[in-house]
Formats: sequence, structure tokens, C-alpha cells
Amino acid sequence: MSKIWLITRREYLTRVRNRTFLLSTFLFPLVIILFIAGSVAISMQTHSRNRIAVIDANGYFKDYLKSDSALSFDFSPGIDTLNYGQKGFSAVLIIPLLHEGQKTDCRLKYKKQLGLAGMDDLDHRISNAITDRLIFEKTAVSRAKLDSIRKNSDLANIKSYEDNGKLSKASNQGLSFGIGYVSGILIYILTFVYGAMVMRGVMEEKTNRIAEVVISSVKPFQLMMGKITGIGAVGLTQFLLWVVLLGGLALVAQGFIPHDTMKEVQQLQQAGAMTNGASVARAGDAAQKIAQFQNTLDTANWAFILFCFLFYFIGGYLFYSALFAAVGSAVNEDPQEAQSLMMPITLPVIFSFFIMTAAIQDPTGPLAVWASIIPFSSPIVMMARIPFGVPSTVEYWQLGLSMLFLVLGFLGTTWLAGKIYRTGILMYGKKPTWKTMWKWAFRK
Amino acid sequence: MNILEVNDLQKTFATQTAVDKVSFQLGKGSIFGLLGPNGAGKTTLIRMITGIFYPDSGNIQFEGRPFDPMSDVLRIGYMPEERGLYKKMKIGEQAVYLAQLKGLSRSDALQKAKQWFIKFEMQSWWNKKVEDLSKGMGQKLQFVTTVMHDPRLIILDEPFSGLDPVNSNLIKDEIYNLARNGATIIFSTHRMEQVEEICDHIILMNKGKKILDGTVHGVKQQFKENLFRIGLERLVAADANAATASPAFSVVGQMDGQLVVKIADGHRPNDVLSYFIQKGESITSFMEILPSLSDIFIRLVEGTPLARQFQNINL
Repeated sequence: MSKIWLITRREYLTRVRNRTFLLSTFLFPLVIILFIAGSVAISMQTHSRNRIAVIDANGYFKDYLKSDSALSFDFSPGIDTLNYGQKGFSAVLIIPLLHEGQKTDCRLKYKKQLGLAGMDDLDHRISNAITDRLIFEKTAVSRAKLDSIRKNSDLANIKSYEDNGKLSKASNQGLSFGIGYVSGILIYILTFVYGAMVMRGVMEEKTNRIAEVVISSVKPFQLMMGKITGIGAVGLTQFLLWVVLLGGLALVAQGFIPHDTMKEVQQLQQAGAMTNGASVARAGDAAQKIAQFQNTLDTANWAFILFCFLFYFIGGYLFYSALFAAVGSAVNEDPQEAQSLMMPITLPVIFSFFIMTAAIQDPTGPLAVWASIIPFSSPIVMMARIPFGVPSTVEYWQLGLSMLFLVLGFLGTTWLAGKIYRTGILMYGKKPTWKTMWKWAFRK
Repeated sequence: MNILEVNDLQKTFATQTAVDKVSFQLGKGSIFGLLGPNGAGKTTLIRMITGIFYPDSGNIQFEGRPFDPMSDVLRIGYMPEERGLYKKMKIGEQAVYLAQLKGLSRSDALQKAKQWFIKFEMQSWWNKKVEDLSKGMGQKLQFVTTVMHDPRLIILDEPFSGLDPVNSNLIKDEIYNLARNGATIIFSTHRMEQVEEICDHIILMNKGKKILDGTVHGVKQQFKENLFRIGLERLVAADANAATASPAFSVVGQMDGQLVVKIADGHRPNDVLSYFIQKGESITSFMEILPSLSDIFIRLVEGTPLARQFQNINL
């Protein structure tokens, strides 16, 4: 035991003291933040206004189709499908004569694509315009009244609550989606990064021929385990540093919010409990947004999610890194060999990633449920499901079974890898295949 | 008491028997040469003694008890032929780490490392990395890490390869020193002149089997072919044909102006001397030619007759 500890300590210290560790630890959150800020900036810029020329055979759309900053409509005459581009329009919409109760095709010709959301929006606006027109035609409601009804009818604010018997807790699908997605991706990336680190470490020991010196003092299994736990500890350290760093950055960001706004936010938070409408009305727009954001964040059970994340991160890491260690022990100097041997390990990880993206859309579907129980994919897939709620989305038996299988799974892979490692680490010159590794694992 | 006893040790890989029923005993404080051509099974044998491999059959007794790989390896120091150190690790730290793996406490390891670094004049290296060392320096460090934990049994596989004569002597002296202090040394090499110089006892392996076992002196006696060199003040052609003149010996060749004679069975060296004395020749030297270990090695491994080296000498 103390030997594993000594090895773990060495593996940990040599890596943590390394300059690249510091760089990657501090640069990664920075890169993430820049990436997010960059993509937000770009998406804000690309939200350019689409000017659409409309050729309307009905004559009334001019009054009912509403323009705004995203879409604007122009009904000036003399525009046809040939010259709309020259006149500065991004598309031309042709609305033929519509008859009640009969579907008619409206055609949009474009130089610049509207995109899925844009098309949706356009469809919505046209339907609304027709509805408005029909209401106006068939009832005695005035235009002004109709507009004011539309404006004031957006009253319902849908909030969902997770039902766990007595207590019901506010939930937020969007946030669950976000946490699940980010957790899944993080585990996916970390599994690869640290799994590959284990593999390289083992290869280094083998090619440096230090392995024989060390295993004349300790058992090969101890050497392998020490390496795995040491690098795992590096991963945990890095992850926790990121949490601290991002938390710190969030605090700093909060410092930039004006003091008055913060005060209003606090009032809003207190008021939220009593649904004090007056204070909500008094608070500024920014404060409302921040309060809303904070309320959304509060809907997640952070402590539980963090616990599960750590469990699945460690479990998934142990499960796969043992296999990576086995591959590292089998290959010689040639990195090409490692590539081909890694395939059977990387494939399930990549598959898990794809299952995860599906599971996040349908967290209670059979694919999501089973993939989150089988240890090959459970670390990534289960982490995508957990934010949707335990036990509502992920039932207790599923979580329990998944955790149990993961523990059994990594005990199994470690045992298997230990046997391959023991033989592989002293084997030079022979080009390894999975067949020979299988033999090493299962001979007595 | 024997520090190490190996009985009928056997290890088979897939189809090949790497070590085939090898037995030997090793007295405390002796320097023992483990010889054999490449692929003879030396490394496999050593790996069983160091607990890296389990034997298929046979047993190992260490200090009179059955060998326990978990605890006894702490009393063994092993320097494999293929040297290995962590390239990116600082040298001092590395020495301490390897000693800790051998069961030393951190403070003991630190103290020992400092002692050995002073002894080998390596103090200034402490904070360097292995990748900054020359091959010879790395070799010295490797030797230090092998013996730092005061092992009772030290196994050195080609310890002098890549070392200049000064450092070779430094390590050679240290090997004698360790043996004097009660450590037993197994020395595996192809360099026969080093074995003759250093070892008390040798075994020779070939194709997994032990084919020779004994003291260096005893082995040489066993394989001597009754060859002698005789120096004469005035070498005449007739003497070269002395074979016909005396039944006691035949001349097999010349070496550095001296005659090489082979004494016939049932005769003694004195018969050679008396032949030349009776002829009135002045004898300047007379010496037995013992086979070198290298000759014996080649002869046993290849089945070459020992006298080959004299056959081409013009008579």
C-alpha cells in the first residue's frame, strides 16, 4: 500500500510541478471564457436584419405583417423575383391569393438563407397576420383593441417543478440541458486527456527501461495503480482548480455590476419568496435579469450534481485509464502502434458521446437509461441525465445500478489491464496485437 | 550459510524453455559470475531471483528461507542491462525515490543518497535532470541507486558497459568493497576478462541449461590441456621438431619466440625440463598455459577445440 502511495506521490508531483500543468490549468478557463465571449459576440453581429420584399396578392399583409429588428418587410411596388437582390433585399416573399380553409404555398426566394429559426419566425408571423386579419374581418374588434390584447395576453410564465413527494422544487429544463451537456462533454474530454496521459506515462517507463528497475522493487500492479491514481489526482486537482478559478472569475464579474443594481437584485431575491409585485416593478431591467439568472441557477442541486460528477469522473477515468495503461504497456517506441491499439478503447468513448447527445433530448428513453447503466458509457451518459433530476428522471435503482456497475467495471478492467501490463511492460520488439494481449490477460 | 540457493528452477515461455532446471548455491560475500551467450536465459534467471517472474517449478531459498518476493526484493539490488531512469526527474530526487521504493524511509533515503553522492563525487548533480547527464554519468547514478539501500544481494548486469577506465575502476573497487562488507554479488556479463579479474565463482549457461559451475581457478584446472610455454635462450629449428625426440611431449607451436608444448598423458612437466636440460639448452622461462575463461566459454558454447588458436602458427 505504501508503495502505491510513493508511486502516486511521484506521478502527482512531477506532473503538478510541470510548467504545462500550470499553463493548461490557467489557460483552459480563459480559453473557454474567450470562446464563449467570442461566440456571443459573433452571434450578436450575425444577427443582422433581414429585409424581405413582399409581393402580396391579397393586399392586406402590409397592415398585419409586423417588422422588427430581426425581420423587416417591404411592400413597395416594382420588386420582382429578378431585381430584389439589386434593390438590397435578402429575399422576396410571394404570397398568392389565399382562400379560407385551403392550404396555399407561399414562396420565399432568397439570396441569403434565413436559417431554421428565421424560417420558423417568418412562418409564425405570417400565420399571426392571417389570424389577425380574420379576427378583424369576422368580429367587430378594432385593430387597436386587438393589438392591445396581443400585447397584454402574454401573462402566463410557465415554471416546472420536480415532484419528489412532499417537496416540490423549481426546475429548469434549459439549465438541466446545459449542465448535462457540459458535464458529459467534460467527462468525455477528461477521460481522453487523462487516459492518454496514463498511456504515455506507461510508454515512457517502458521505453526508458525504468520499468524493470522499478518492478524489481514493487509489483507491476502497484506500479500501474500508482500511476493511475497519481494521474487521477492530477486530474482532480486540475478540475477543482478550475471550479475555484471560475468561481473567482464569477465573483470578479459580479464586482463589475453597479452597486445599486446589486441591491435591487437582493431585494428581488427576498421579494421572490413573497411574490411582492411592487418591488419587482420597481427594480431595473438589469437587476431583474440578474435575479432571474440567479434564480435559474438556484433550481439546480449543485452539491448533488458535483458529487455525481466527481463520482462519474473518477469512475470513468479508472475504468478507461486501466485499459489505456494496458495499451501503453504493450506497445513499443512506435506511436503508430498505440494508435491502432487504442481504437477499441476510444470507440466506446466516442459512441458514449453520441448517445449522450441523444440522451439529453430524451433523458428517460430506453437508450439513455441503458447506456447510463452500462459502465462503458455510463460516466458520460449518466452525467447528462442527472441534472434533469433524481429520482424523477433518473430513478434511484438506475443510479444505484449504474454506480455499482461502474465500480465493478473498473475493478474488472483494472484486473484485466494488470495482467496485460505485467507481461507487456517487459516485452520488447514484438509488435503487439489485441490477440496477443488477450492471451496475456487470460493465461494462468 | 548460503545467501541464495536455487533448486531446479524452470521457466517456460510459450514454446521455449528459457531456464531449464538450473541449480546453484551462492555463499555470502562471494562475487559470482553468471555467464552465457545472448539468449542463454540469464536475464530470465535473474528476473526470477528478483521476483519479477515466478518460476514454473523449482524453488529459491534466500538467506535459508523460501524466497518471498514481497519482502526479500527489498534486500536485493538489481541493475538491469538495459539501464533506465526517469529522464525528466531531478537526480537527487530520483535516487531518494528509488531507495524509498526499496523500503527506506524518506530521511534514511536522503541521508544515504547524500553519502553515496559524496563518495562518487556527484554532489553537484543533485538538482540536474537525468537527460542532462552523459551516458557514463547515468551509469554511475544507476549503480548508486542499485546499492543505496544496502542490499544483501546485488545483481549487476553488464555494469561496466559505457564506462571509461577511471569510472570502471571506481565501480570495480566499490564492488570489492561491498563484497568485503558481506554483500553477495551476481555479476552477469559477456566480458570474460572482467569475470576472471573479479569473480570467485562462475556458472555458465547455454540454451537455458547450466553447463558449467565452479570457481574460476577450478574451472581453469578442469579445462587445462597440459600446455606449457618454454623459453629457451637460443631457439634452434631442431627444437621445434622435438616432438619426435621425446615421448614426453610434443611441440604444438610457437608464441612470442617461445615454444608451446603439450605434455603427453602419463608425463610430467619435469620431463620437458629434463629433456632440454639434457640437451644443454638454457631455459629462460617455463609456464603453464591455462585456458582463459573466454576460450572455455567459446569451446563449451560452440564446441570448438581449445587448441585452435595455435593451429595456424607456422612451425
